[in-house]
Amino acid sequence: MARPPEPVFLERQSYRRRRVGDAARFLPLIGLVLFLLPVLWADDATTAGGIVFLFTVWGALIVVVAVLSRLLAGAEPVPGDADGGSDREP
Amino acid sequence: MLSFNALITICLGYVAFLFAVAFWADKRAEAGRVRWVRSPLVYTLSLSIYCTAWTFYGAVGYAARSGLEFVTIYLGPTLVMLAWWGLLRRLVRIGKTERITSIADLISSRFGKSNLLGVLVTILAVVGTTPYIALQLQSVTLSFEVFAGQRPETAVATNTALLVAVGLAVFTIIFGTRNLDANERHHGVVMAIAVEAMVKLVALLAVGVFVVFSVGGGIGETMARIEQSPIAAWDLRPDRWATLVFLSAAALLCLPRMFQVMVVENSDERHLATASWAFPSYLFLMSMFVIPIAVVGLSVLPPGSNPDLFVLTLPLAFDQSSLATLAFLGGFSSATSMVIVAAIALSTMVSNHIVMPIWLNARKGGATMTGDVRQVVLLSRRLSIAGVLVLGYLYFRFSGGGAALAAIGLVAFVGMSQVLPALLGGLFWRGASRWGAAAGVVVGFAVWLWTSFLPSFGEGAILSASVFAEGPFGIGLLRPQALFGVEGMDPLVHSVFWSILLNTCAFMLVSLLSFPTPLERLQGATFVNIMRYSEGARGWTSGFAEAEDLLMMSQRIMGPTEAQALFVAEASAQGKEGFLPDVTPDFLERLERELAGSVGAATAHAMIAQLTGGVSISVEDLMRVADEAQQILEYSNQLEAKSAELGRTARQLREANEKLMALSVQKDAFLSQISHELRTPMTSIRSFSEILMAGEAMSAEDRRRYSQIIHDESIRLTRLLDDLLDLSVLENGQVVLNERDDTLERILDRAVSATEQQTEGRRLRIERSRPDEQVPLHTDSDRLSQVFINLIANAQKYCDAEEPVLRIAVRDIGGRQVVDFIDNGAGIPREAQQLIFEKFARGTDHRAAGGAGLGLAISREVMNRLGGAIAYLPGQGGAAFRVTLPRVRAAAA
Repeated sequence: MARPPEPVFLERQSYRRRRVGDAARFLPLIGLVLFLLPVLWADDATTAGGIVFLFTVWGALIVVVAVLSRLLAGAEPVPGDADGGSDREP
Repeated sequence: MLSFNALITICLGYVAFLFAVAFWADKRAEAGRVRWVRSPLVYTLSLSIYCTAWTFYGAVGYAARSGLEFVTIYLGPTLVMLAWWGLLRRLVRIGKTERITSIADLISSRFGKSNLLGVLVTILAVVGTTPYIALQLQSVTLSFEVFAGQRPETAVATNTALLVAVGLAVFTIIFGTRNLDANERHHGVVMAIAVEAMVKLVALLAVGVFVVFSVGGGIGETMARIEQSPIAAWDLRPDRWATLVFLSAAALLCLPRMFQVMVVENSDERHLATASWAFPSYLFLMSMFVIPIAVVGLSVLPPGSNPDLFVLTLPLAFDQSSLATLAFLGGFSSATSMVIVAAIALSTMVSNHIVMPIWLNARKGGATMTGDVRQVVLLSRRLSIAGVLVLGYLYFRFSGGGAALAAIGLVAFVGMSQVLPALLGGLFWRGASRWGAAAGVVVGFAVWLWTSFLPSFGEGAILSASVFAEGPFGIGLLRPQALFGVEGMDPLVHSVFWSILLNTCAFMLVSLLSFPTPLERLQGATFVNIMRYSEGARGWTSGFAEAEDLLMMSQRIMGPTEAQALFVAEASAQGKEGFLPDVTPDFLERLERELAGSVGAATAHAMIAQLTGGVSISVEDLMRVADEAQQILEYSNQLEAKSAELGRTARQLREANEKLMALSVQKDAFLSQISHELRTPMTSIRSFSEILMAGEAMSAEDRRRYSQIIHDESIRLTRLLDDLLDLSVLENGQVVLNERDDTLERILDRAVSATEQQTEGRRLRIERSRPDEQVPLHTDSDRLSQVFINLIANAQKYCDAEEPVLRIAVRDIGGRQVVDFIDNGAGIPREAQQLIFEKFARGTDHRAAGGAGLGLAISREVMNRLGGAIAYLPGQGGAAFRVTLPRVRAAAA
């Protein structure tokens, strides 16, 4: 399906918003890597250390996703609007 | 110590409270005040049905046995929630635009509204969910037994499961099938499970705080206890760790109950933004105290205690009966909320994909036949709910409870995750096809049954020990826990690995090899591009259906009020009065979606197809509607081309018009000029001839003079007429050229001598350069000399210098011989230079009335005929004309 031509360059605000969206797409991958990281060193680790690591990472991810959602939710057009689907997909 | 009767009372009171909450929320929603009922907070809390009784009680038991591994069950969902922007938002938007009612409906709708897929996913869901419901019943029973165990009334507990199942069925039927909501939303149920979510979180946190700070002696000491406990070492098994993270992530997407609360019950896409951090936070809090409770339970409680019940038995051991009651209510909440939502989700699937198609087929007469479809749908849902709970109860009774049942949680996860490839493929890959999805689900389902589900009953239960050891019929490659001879894998990892791998391979391979139907391709494009075009493409081409039939059918499904409102709104949007709009493809599409919200996409499509005679889209239509943007682009290109063409034509017309206008003006000017030129001599001839006729007393001298004037004027008239004739002949190309060999010098000589005869008084000195004039010519020399005479005569007439001098210069410019006639007068003003070659054009000076102003016009025509040119040469200090001589033909030279 041929797509209608899109502008090559965007104004700064739209550009920022899209990059925030990109960050939100990367986040689960970063989370996955962090959650799988213990596989490398857990042989020598204790449960107590594991708790500290996992819950720290977990909390940090929650904070990051909260910040990103705030940015994205504030900028997002109201669903159902005609331009609700204007977001570019990678 | 709390009596068992008191516990029952509290429990019944809690249930009554939940009924009240659900009733209140439904009432509020009916009154249209949904702001609070439909808040992001309630949405997030409703997601918490992920945490069932199995996680509420079982997580502690899991931790007591395997340490930190339990946390993977929460890490997977956290990752999925982190992917809300790229994945969940897409899922929810599809759910809303396509009016998806369940995960089976999503898969069926994506792959061309195929009911086959709907049935497959429904069967998978029922098989995968039934043991899970049994697990909830078991956990409630166990928790009752904890309390009853200290009392003589044990007999009551054995019937607990049945009572709970009946109670849940009643609640679910009342609040889950109150009406056929167009969007399948159940405000009361969602509100009730949100309250239950709060209860279980508060309960677990309360127990955790009590354990850490009261029993454990603070955070530091609790950590020290963990260091000394049997699970102090982090015994991480990489294969299980990764598999469990994957599995729990898949479960959040694929479990019917999760799909129900996350997609179907979602009222606003923006709630996802809140849930993206709030739900992981909920999971974080739920798992925070699991290890401490497990460790303290292991050290404090007598050996042999069931670690699955530490959450209850720890407070009881320290005589904290109110805390134990709270924990009990937490566990009860976890179990009931899961069962309620699972039953609703399953009943929707069963009714939409199994009961309704059968019912529709049984009534071949068509969807307009008498009979209230709504009642049929509602009845089938209620029966399905009851059926699902009966199945769960039977499973609980006949599996005998115990450890076998506890392991079923993960087995169920693996089962439902078989939908994942088709789901993700459907969302992101347009080439995913119906047969691919069906192949993937069937293969995955089969492998799961063989490697996970059947072995989960234990050796000798369904599969005999010999099958485990040697494979079916002695085929070693098919051993349930060592497929294809790969031994030594953890059974769970083994099952997930093979089932998902073979599932995905089958899905991709068959998709690549099969060819989708038009409707499938349309749906594929709609789903994959959902973030780009939220309006779906049209699936209907023409309305062969009568609006009245459609209204009759819709009334039976949606209810008369809603259906009529929809039809009236559509009719008025079309500018019509009354209830019956024109059956346009758009309207059919909208109607189908509304119906799909009640009975599922496949059934709605089938019903409308019955009325329209089954005319859905064809490939041609698909290609036509496939990309409206492209069409618009083409159309606008065509318009642009047409408009450019029109512009060109208009310009041409304008130019032609201007030329015509100019010609008309020229003609008028010519006529007025010619009449003027003819009239002057005619007037003198007439007046003098009158004098001659009337004058008897006239001297001979006078008569001679008057006759002379008449004669002169006649000659002038004749000359004018000759000139006009000459010009007309030249212009029409009728002139016959009398070409012969001559030289430029001789022609110029003749012209100069001719002009000298005519000269009266004024002397024009002519400067020539004879050596330059030795130019041989082959041309009509009389005509050429006519041009020269005209130019010399002009100089004689118009040169206003004291001593007029005409210089005739011959030169060679670019291989062409040119003759310049340059005088030393004032020259011709710039604005007149363009006009002098026109007929009757004359310089401002009218001294010389002898010419009619045709000379230069004739000269120009002559030169054109001869193949040369004549032009005014500006900037020579006087009037200057350049005559470009005809090309000399080689042969003549």
